[in-house]
Amino acid sequence: MSSVAVKKGLGASVWEYLTTVDHKKIAHLYLGTGGFFFLLGGIEALFIRIQLMKPNNNFVNEQLFNEIMTMHGTTMIFLAAMPILFAFMNAVVPIQIGARDVAFPFLNALGFWLFFFGGMFLNLSWFLGGAPDAGWTSYASLSLRSEGHGIDFYTLGLQISGFGTLISGINFLATIINMRAPGMSFMRMPLFTWTTFIASALILLAFPPLTIGVFLLMFDRLFGSNFFDVTMGGNTIIWEHLFWIFGHPEVYILVLPAFGIFSEIIPTFSRKRLFGYSSMVFATVLIGFLGFMVWAHHMFTTGLGNVANAIFAIATMAIAVPTGIKIFNWLLTMWGGSIKITVPMLYALGFIPSFVIGGVTGVMQAVAPLDYQLHDTYFIVAHFHYVIIGGVVFGILAATHFYWPKMFGTKLSEKMGYVTFTLFFIGFHCTFFIQHFLGLMGMPRRVATFLPGQGLELGNLISSIGAMLMAVAVIILLFNVVITSIRNKKVGADPWEDGRTMEWAIASPPPFYNFKQTPLVRGLDTWWLEKMEGKKELTPAEPLGDIHMPNNSIIPFFISLGLFVAAFGAMYNPLNSVGDGKSWGLPVLIIGLGITFGSMLIRSLRDDFGYHIHKEDLLEDDKGGKVG
Amino acid sequence: MKFGRLSFLFLLLTLVLAGCGEPFLSTLKPAGEVAETQLTLLFISTSIMVLVILVVVIIYLIVLFRFRRKKGEENKIPKQVEGSHKLEIIWTVIPILLLLSLSVPTIAATFKLGDVKDMDKVDKDGNREALVVNVRANLYWWEFEYPDLGIITSQDLVVPTDEKVYFNLKASDVKHSFWVPAAGGKMDTNTDNENKFYLVFDKEKADEAGNLFYGKCAELCGPSHAYMDFKVKAVSRDEFNQWATAMQKNKEEVQPTSDLAKQGQEVFQANNCIACHAVTANDARPETARTAPNLADFGNRTRVAGILEYNEENLKAWIQNPEKFKPGNQMYKEANLSEEELDALAEYLMGLKVQE
Amino acid sequence: MNAEERYTPLNWPDHPETQTLEGKNKFLGFWLFLAGETVLFASLFATYLALKDSVPDSSHPLAKDLFNLPLVFAMTMILLTSSITSVYAIYHMRNYHFKKMQAWFVITVLLGAGFLALEIYEFTHYVHEYHFTFGSSAFSSAYYTLVGTHGAHVTFGLCWIIALLVRNAKRGLNLYNAPKYYVASLYWHFIDVVWVFIFTVVYLIGKVG
Repeated sequence: MSSVAVKKGLGASVWEYLTTVDHKKIAHLYLGTGGFFFLLGGIEALFIRIQLMKPNNNFVNEQLFNEIMTMHGTTMIFLAAMPILFAFMNAVVPIQIGARDVAFPFLNALGFWLFFFGGMFLNLSWFLGGAPDAGWTSYASLSLRSEGHGIDFYTLGLQISGFGTLISGINFLATIINMRAPGMSFMRMPLFTWTTFIASALILLAFPPLTIGVFLLMFDRLFGSNFFDVTMGGNTIIWEHLFWIFGHPEVYILVLPAFGIFSEIIPTFSRKRLFGYSSMVFATVLIGFLGFMVWAHHMFTTGLGNVANAIFAIATMAIAVPTGIKIFNWLLTMWGGSIKITVPMLYALGFIPSFVIGGVTGVMQAVAPLDYQLHDTYFIVAHFHYVIIGGVVFGILAATHFYWPKMFGTKLSEKMGYVTFTLFFIGFHCTFFIQHFLGLMGMPRRVATFLPGQGLELGNLISSIGAMLMAVAVIILLFNVVITSIRNKKVGADPWEDGRTMEWAIASPPPFYNFKQTPLVRGLDTWWLEKMEGKKELTPAEPLGDIHMPNNSIIPFFISLGLFVAAFGAMYNPLNSVGDGKSWGLPVLIIGLGITFGSMLIRSLRDDFGYHIHKEDLLEDDKGGKVG
Repeated sequence: MKFGRLSFLFLLLTLVLAGCGEPFLSTLKPAGEVAETQLTLLFISTSIMVLVILVVVIIYLIVLFRFRRKKGEENKIPKQVEGSHKLEIIWTVIPILLLLSLSVPTIAATFKLGDVKDMDKVDKDGNREALVVNVRANLYWWEFEYPDLGIITSQDLVVPTDEKVYFNLKASDVKHSFWVPAAGGKMDTNTDNENKFYLVFDKEKADEAGNLFYGKCAELCGPSHAYMDFKVKAVSRDEFNQWATAMQKNKEEVQPTSDLAKQGQEVFQANNCIACHAVTANDARPETARTAPNLADFGNRTRVAGILEYNEENLKAWIQNPEKFKPGNQMYKEANLSEEELDALAEYLMGLKVQE
Repeated sequence: MNAEERYTPLNWPDHPETQTLEGKNKFLGFWLFLAGETVLFASLFATYLALKDSVPDSSHPLAKDLFNLPLVFAMTMILLTSSITSVYAIYHMRNYHFKKMQAWFVITVLLGAGFLALEIYEFTHYVHEYHFTFGSSAFSSAYYTLVGTHGAHVTFGLCWIIALLVRNAKRGLNLYNAPKYYVASLYWHFIDVVWVFIFTVVYLIGKVG
C-alpha cells in the first residue's frame, strides 16, 4: 500500500496525511492542529482581557464572557498544550530511543483523529447554541443547570478527545519500554524520553477518573441519571473529587514534557552534560507519584475538614522538593559550561525565573488557611499562568524553534525569534504579575466584569496591556513560520551543531524509516559520545537488511468520525435535559457508533502485515529526506 | 539583563503594593484576627519563598554572566560534570527543612481557624452563647438568618465587632462561596452539606473602613457571578443589639405613612411581590418558600440589588428591568410598570425601616 | 519464519503470544490498558460507595430491598467458569491445538452469554417489580452505571471473541493471531476479576450491610 517513491500532488499529500501512521507526519498533524487551537485560545484570552480592561465594560455580555472564559481554559489545556506536546513527543521520542516508529502506529493515528474530531465537536458549540459556560472545571451544580447544549459539547467533545489522549499514553509507554535500541538501558534514555514516559503513565492513570466524571455529568444531562442532583440523593462534591483526581496529575502531564524539553536544550547550548542525571530521573518519578496525592488542595474551601486540609497541605508542599532539585540541576548544568544564547536557550533562560515564581506561589497556596483567602481569586489565576506559561508555553515555544529543523528540514529565523521572545516575556509578566495583587485586593476569578471604586482599575488595565504585547509576539511568530516556509532553506542533520542525542545524528527531516540500521547505544548522550570520538555516524547494531514498515490506513479517521456523528445523536436524544430532543437523535447515535465499531471490525477482520523496504532500495536512498 | 530588571520591579511592586487595596475589601488590610492570621501566613510563606528565589537568582545571574561562550572559544568543549552527591543532598535537605518550618504554622492555623466547637456552647439557661448566622447563597442574592434571634435579613449582613461570629453556610441552587476578604478567607456554600466557620471583625479596623465591608461571591455561579456582592455592617455590640431588637419587634409590617407609599404597598401586593419577598424580619416560611431577599429594613440598605448605589433612580431602574443589571436573575426579566407605579413602589420600599 | 506462516506442534513456541515484536507490544500494551481500566472501575466503585444509600425518600428501594443473592451467585459461578474455560483455550493455543482452542472459546462465549442473559433478566426484574430505573435515584444511577459498565464490557468481550473465532476459522493459528487470542483472554479474566469485586461490594455488602 505504500512505497519508497514520492508523489507530489496536493491530493496525494492530503491523502497521505489522512492515512499516515508515521509518527513524524502525525507530529506535523498535532503541531498544526494544536497550533490552530492555541491561536483560538489566545484570541479568547485577548477578549477576556479587553472585557476586563475597565470596570463595567460591555465589550462582551456576561453570558458570552463565561463561554469565552470557559473555552479559553478548555481549549488551551486540552486542545493546544497537550496536542502540541504530543507533537514533539511523536517527532522526537522514537528517534531518541533508536526505534523506527512507536509500538502502535495505527493507534497513534487514531489518537490524533480522536483529538481532532473531539476538538472540532467542542468548537462547533460556538455555532450551535453557545459554548460551555461553567469554567474548564465545569462544577456539577452549575453545569447541570446550564441552559443550552454548551456543557454537552464539553462532555462529549472532551470524552472523544480524551480517548485519543489515553490511547497515545499507552502507546508511548509501550514504545519506551519495548522498543529501545540495543544498549539503551533506562538510565541511558534522554530526559525528554523519561519525562514522556512518566507523563504517559500519568495520562494512563489520571484520565480514567475524568472519563468517569464526564460520563456521570453526561448521563445526568442527557439520559436522566441523578449523580449530581441533590434532590434525588446525588452529591456534587463527587464531581469535584473525580475532576481534581484527574486535574492535578494533568498539570504534571503538561509540565513534565516541558521540563524534558529544557533538559535537552540546556545541555545542548551549554555544551555540557545534564548535571545530576540520576537525580533528575528520580525527581521526575517522584513528581509523577506525588502528583496523585495532592488533588484536594483545589478543594480547601469545599469543607472537607481540618484533618483533610492539613494532610493535603503538607503533601502539596512536598512536591516543591523534587521540583527544586530540578531547578538546581539545570543551573549547575550551565555552571562551567559554554553558553550560547540561541532562541531555544533564551526560552530556557526565561523559563527558570518565571517558573520558579509560579512554583513558589504554589507553595504559598499549599498553606491551606492562607488558601482560604487566595482560592478562587486572581492570585490563583496568576499562579497557574506563571507555571503554565512560564513552564509549558515557554517549553513549547522553545521546542518549536529547537525541533523545527528536525521536523521540517528548515530553521526558524533566530532574529524574529528574539523579538517574539522579548515581547512575549515582557507581555507575560506585565499581564500576570499584577494579578497576584488583584487577587489579594479582593478580586474573585471568573468575573465577567468588576465594579468601580474597589481599587481594581489600575491592575486590570496593566494586565490587559500585557496581553496585547503577547498577542503581537505570537503574530511575529506566525510571520516567522510563514517566511521560513517560503524561504525553504534546507539544513543538515545537526543544525544546532551541539546535538547530544540520536535525533541529531540523522537527516533533517529523517527518512521515513528513521534509521537504515538500528543504532547501537554506547552510553548516555549517544550522539555526543560518537562525535567526541570523531565519528560522523552512529554505530550500527545490526547489518543492513530489509526494514519492516506499517501500512497507511484511513480507518482511524473513520473510527473517529463515527464517534463525532454519534455525539450529535447523543446530544439531541429525546431524553436530554435541555428538552429539545429530536426523533433522529437515537438513530444518529446508533449510526455513529455503527461507523466506529464497523470500522474497528473491518480493521480486525483483515490481516495487515505491513510491508518491507528492501535492502537494495535503502542503499540507493542515501541522502534521505526526499521520501515520505 | 532582562531578569535584573524583573527582580527590581518585583521588589518595588512588593513594597508599593503591600498594604495596598481598599480597607473594606483587601486581604492586605486585615480587619480581624482571622484575616490577620492569614496575612501573617502570607508574610511567612512569602519570606521563605523570597529566600528561595534569591538563592536561585544569584546562581542564575552568576551563570549568565560568567559562562557565556566568549569570542575565540567557538570550539571549546567544557568539562562534562556528571553531578555532585553533596550538592544534591544540600538542595534536597534545605528545602525540606524550610517546608517543615512552614508546615508548623500551617497546621496550627488550619485547626485554629477551623475550630467551631464553641458554636454549640450553651450557657446555664441552655441558650447558645455565640452569635450564629445561617448564610444561604442563592442566584444572585444572599440570605442571612439569625436563628437564635428569630430574624432574617438579606444582602446586608449586620454583625457585632470584637467577637467571633459563626456561620452555617449552604446554597439553595448552585455552589457559591461566601467571602469577606478584609475579615478572612472564604468558605464554599454547597448544595449538599452545611459548612461552618467563623470570622471576627475588629472595631478599630471597622471604623477605618467606614463600618462597611464588601462581601463577594467567590465561585462561578452564572452570568451574574460578578454582581453577587453583599455588604457587612460591622457595628458595636450595643448597636447590634439595638438593630436586632428592632428587627425582632418587626413582627408585623411597618405600615406606610405617606399616600405615595400606601399606593406603593398596593402595587407591591397587586403584583404579588409578597409571594417571594417577605417584608417582616420574622419570616416563618420554610427555606424552599423563601425564594427572594427579605425586605424588612430595606429602607436602611446600603445598596440596591447588592451592587447599585442606593437611591430612588437605581431602585426604580432595577425593579423595571432587573435583567439589565443582573442577567439570569430569578426575579423576572422585565416589569411593565408605569412611572407612577415605580415612584410609589420606591417610596414604599425605601420606607421599610425598623429603626432610623 | 514470518508471523503469518504455519507451524507444527513440534516447532510451535511455548509462548507464541510474545514471539514477535508485535506480540510483545500487544502483550505489554494490553496490560497497560488494563491498568487504566482498573482506575476506571475504581472511580465507578468509589462513586457507588458514596451514593449507595442515597435515595430521595424511603419509598425508593435500597440494596437490601432489591438484590437476589441466589441469582447473583449463579451469575458469578457462570462467569468464573467462563474464565476457567478461557484458560483451557489458551492452554490449547500454547500447544498448537487450534480446534480445541476454538472449542473452549465457544464454551466461554456461551457461558458469557448466559451471564449476560441473567443480568438482563435481573435488570428487567428491577424495572418491572420495583420501578427501579436508571433515573430513580442517585443510588439507582450509581448501581446501573457500575454494573452496567461491567455488562457492557462483557458484551464487548463476547463480540471480540466471536470476531476472533470467525476471522480465524479458515486461517488457523499462527504467530500473527496468537497474541490476539491471548489479549482477548486477558481481557476476559479482567472483567471476571471486576465482577468478583462487584459481587462483594455491591451485592454482598448491600444485603449484609
